[in-house]
Amino acid sequence: MTFNLRLIPLLPFLGAAILMLFGRKWSRDTVVAVAAGAIAGSCLVALDAFFTALPLAAPTGGLRDSVGTWIAAGPLKIDLAFRLDGLSGLLCLIITFIGFLIHIYSSGYMEHDPDYPRFFAYLNLFCGSMLVLVLGDSLPVMFIGWEGVGLCSYLLIGFWYKETANANAGKKAFIVNRIGDFGFLIGMFLLYQYAGTLNFQEINATATAGGVLTQPLWGATVAFWAALFLFVGATGKSAQIPLYVWLPDAMAGPTPVSALIHAATMVTAGVYMVARTHAVYLLAPGALAIVTAVGAATALFAAVIGFAQNDFKKVLAYSTVSQLGFMFVGVGTGNFEGGIFHLFTHAFFKAGLFLCAGSVMHAMSGSGDITIMGGLRKKLPWTHGVFVVCWLAICGVVFSGFLSKDSIIAGAMSAEGAMQDFAWVGRAAGIVLSVAALGTAFYMSRLYFLVFSGESRASDEIKHHIHESPGSMVGPLVVLAIGAGLGGLIGLPGGLFEHADWNLLDRELSPVLGAEVEVSHMTEIAVMVGATLLALLGIGLAWLFYGGGYREPSRKFAAAVPKLVKLAQDKFRIDELYQFLIVRPIKRIAQAIYFVVDRILIDKILVGVPVAAVDFFGRLSRSVQGNGDGQRYMAVFALGAAGVLYFATRPMAPDALKVTVSGLGVDVDARRGNKAAPEALEYSYDFDDGGKPEVSGAGPTAHHTYAQAGSYTIRVDVKDTHWNTSTSVKQKVTVR
Amino acid sequence: MPTIYYLILSFALFLIGTTGVLLRRNALIVLMAIELQLNGGNLALIAFSRQLGDLKGHVFAFLIIALAAAEAAVGLAILVGLFRGRQTVNLDEITLMKR
Repeated sequence: MTFNLRLIPLLPFLGAAILMLFGRKWSRDTVVAVAAGAIAGSCLVALDAFFTALPLAAPTGGLRDSVGTWIAAGPLKIDLAFRLDGLSGLLCLIITFIGFLIHIYSSGYMEHDPDYPRFFAYLNLFCGSMLVLVLGDSLPVMFIGWEGVGLCSYLLIGFWYKETANANAGKKAFIVNRIGDFGFLIGMFLLYQYAGTLNFQEINATATAGGVLTQPLWGATVAFWAALFLFVGATGKSAQIPLYVWLPDAMAGPTPVSALIHAATMVTAGVYMVARTHAVYLLAPGALAIVTAVGAATALFAAVIGFAQNDFKKVLAYSTVSQLGFMFVGVGTGNFEGGIFHLFTHAFFKAGLFLCAGSVMHAMSGSGDITIMGGLRKKLPWTHGVFVVCWLAICGVVFSGFLSKDSIIAGAMSAEGAMQDFAWVGRAAGIVLSVAALGTAFYMSRLYFLVFSGESRASDEIKHHIHESPGSMVGPLVVLAIGAGLGGLIGLPGGLFEHADWNLLDRELSPVLGAEVEVSHMTEIAVMVGATLLALLGIGLAWLFYGGGYREPSRKFAAAVPKLVKLAQDKFRIDELYQFLIVRPIKRIAQAIYFVVDRILIDKILVGVPVAAVDFFGRLSRSVQGNGDGQRYMAVFALGAAGVLYFATRPMAPDALKVTVSGLGVDVDARRGNKAAPEALEYSYDFDDGGKPEVSGAGPTAHHTYAQAGSYTIRVDVKDTHWNTSTSVKQKVTVR
Repeated sequence: MPTIYYLILSFALFLIGTTGVLLRRNALIVLMAIELQLNGGNLALIAFSRQLGDLKGHVFAFLIIALAAAEAAVGLAILVGLFRGRQTVNLDEITLMKR
């Protein structure tokens, strides 16, 4: 079934183009109207596609819209096509809806920024690229969006580019992502080489059929390597170990950007990509185990770093890294629905948390330092209310995070179906995630208590300015809070109540991703109770440490293990490690190459030698040139003109004769090349060079038969009857 | 009269002109010699034009006369400027380029 899906990404792209061209001259209201209007239109089209057209389409195929052939090279044919099914449709709704809310929020948050139109143009460009990413019908089309969002991420992280640190953060994000993209490309090439297609539907069909993708390659299977390389791409975009380092730095961008790109949408692209190519992963339990292990490790590791961060947005950034780890455990244990479910709920509550951060920083005169906050509960009632909802959601106590997190952990505990021999990795990841969930509850509660409870620790100057944000910022916050509160309802574990149809998410996703993972009721209930208890424990611990401000136990703890605290604060010095292991050696190599290639080879040899040569010949010709005596030049000119005249009037004689010998006979062809000779040419042929031409006044070819065998010299005189000039050619010939 | 006579005269004019251009030292005379060359060319054009019964040669001759006038105007202006600056029109003295 067809539907005009291209409209969905096209509208934001149009908005971006219009704003880039005309935005500078327009008022702020017009700019917001265009930007938000574009994304709202896109949202409406997506809603129409998802709720009106999609139910009428085949559930596995969904809607497809091909703009035309993009690449056609031999057997490779790639359409610039979009596909909307349950999975990509859900992502589209998240992107356009949360994108719209964040556009509205930004209109308040960026109010005083002089680069208002540029900001909204980038935001629109981002939304368009993200929509191309999720709607892409094949890996290359997805890759357009994949790179597009990378570019927008770079542009928006470095939005305030006048600060070197911000510009550097943008560069870091871009470069780290390049490493991941390399993996993405390799994975893509592998799939093309063995499966012969890049279209998701065909890839998944090929993978489900087994065959080509299960053949051995480099000590494992094709599917394993393809899945692994694609996952390398995912670790870059979705900030997993070892490529997570860019995301915390990305907080240099404006807060709405962090909410939209670095929490709700772009960073989840990796999870989406794994779900999109799920059949390939299902063929390779080893790759699934790696995805799961990386996800679990990231979830715990980032949570631990989150314990010690003192910047509001940094805490949230590590929280995002950690939550993305949860999602990867979800998709890594074959529980694709669980991963996407958490992606959905996380989009709401984490966007809400980031926007709260923006609101708080707005109130705190731009500072994000939580050590000087506190007591904001009464000053910012709306922000506080929203934060509480999102905080409880991310802790997994109630609200949406409760259901999605439990579905991931429960899925990991029962991953025998997908992971086969590696099911133990799934179970281990489930346990690690439970600990990470405890950690999540702890650092989020620490954040909550330090910011909102107790008394303000800010200076009087800042305290004086604290105020609730304007309606344009609070409105989106409230909507996100509703989403964070109720969003989990779409994924109710209906099976638990013998009502499988309660799970709306499953209804949409199972045709695309296959049936839901079977989880026994025992596991389900055990995980729910266990995880909730752990979350409550985390909140309780945080209250003990930070309730109403820094309390005695937290100071005692910091004093007892100062080195550990410092290490966590320094993010375990991973950045420094990379600096030492990778960045510095590369810089050294670059310097060496600069010195050898640039300074010596290019500057000295490739530039110096021609310069010396030009200088030498310049001196030489200058001595011929004389001192500027015009008459001398004129004489040279006259000589030259005479020379040209001389050569121009010589007959078109051949460079060599073409002689064909047959017995005693010879055929001579005196044409120059194969051009017809000018009519004014006369040829005389002296076949024995005896001074008397045997044939004269003839055309360019002649025939002669010798009386006896021997060696002869043929001489041909060419005469130009018009200019009365002549020239001659000789050639030896032997006849037998 | 056969065309060849005109051509001989034309060639003679051109040769005298060329000799003047190459040998005379007075820039004013050099300009005049250039006129002579141009007119030698003109004469050849007219002669051929007459022989072939084709007016194109005449047209070209007129064009060259107009061009010669323009060239004389520019050349003289340069000479006047040169004389104001250097008090000489001797070509041997106007060699300023470094070796």
